[in-house]
Amino acid sequence: MWIYQKKLQYPVRVSQCNPRLAKYLIEQYGGADGELAAALRYLNQRYTIPDRIIGLLTDIGTEEFGHLEMIATMVYKLTKDATLEQLRDAGLGEHAADHGPALFYHNAAGVPFTATYIQAKGDPITDLYEDIAAEEKARATYQWLIDMSDDPDLNDALRFLREREVIHSQRFREAVEILKQEQQQKHFF
Amino acid sequence: MFTQQKRYYPYVSPYDPCAPIRQKFYQTPPELYLGFQPPGLPQYSAREALARGTLWPALYSPYGKSSREAQR
Ligand SMILES: [Fe+2]
Repeated sequence: MWIYQKKLQYPVRVSQCNPRLAKYLIEQYGGADGELAAALRYLNQRYTIPDRIIGLLTDIGTEEFGHLEMIATMVYKLTKDATLEQLRDAGLGEHAADHGPALFYHNAAGVPFTATYIQAKGDPITDLYEDIAAEEKARATYQWLIDMSDDPDLNDALRFLREREVIHSQRFREAVEILKQEQQQKHFF
Repeated sequence: MFTQQKRYYPYVSPYDPCAPIRQKFYQTPPELYLGFQPPGLPQYSAREALARGTLWPALYSPYGKSSREAQR
């Protein structure tokens, strides 16, 4: 089970009314390398990974939900008081036609989230390599988002999220090193 | 000793419905360890290399019935 803290992992501030940024940020909400995909991928892999790695997947999978909440907050702040005209001009008319003011799990191009974005192969090395690749892809996505945003407050939170991808990748690489260790060495005395 | 298969002992609950498998295995093939392949590694004969799918014993990764049987 989980314990919920009613606060964000890192404060989200948005300084400009710019609904177009929300359209881009939704990539990290319901996109292939987004936070939802990350959380679901890691938490699901826990059941078929050697015991020493389970806790890491729980911790990182949980943190990804915290990141999902940050992205949701950004999108919400960027769109909540936008007029329909502003949304339409920002390329969010199609979104508004389907979802009104709601958030939804789709990518920046409007493609809905699908479980095929994630994989569980049941081979520990394979799954961890997928996780490492996913973290690097999320890091790259944050770089493109930071490049496209000129909102300094928003970029501050995006930089935090990008840094967390770096750390997660490092932890998954350490997990691979743990699984690579020889544990059945014969001891000669 | 270098192994291409590692063993772990999963948690077993007293309430597991199926007979517990107390040790499980996973594969750690040689490309995880080699880094940049150094020049001059020992080679198989051409005929054996064709059969095995690699010219170098250091990169040969056996997998088959014996690997699966070890998992029982
Ligand atoms: Fe991550």
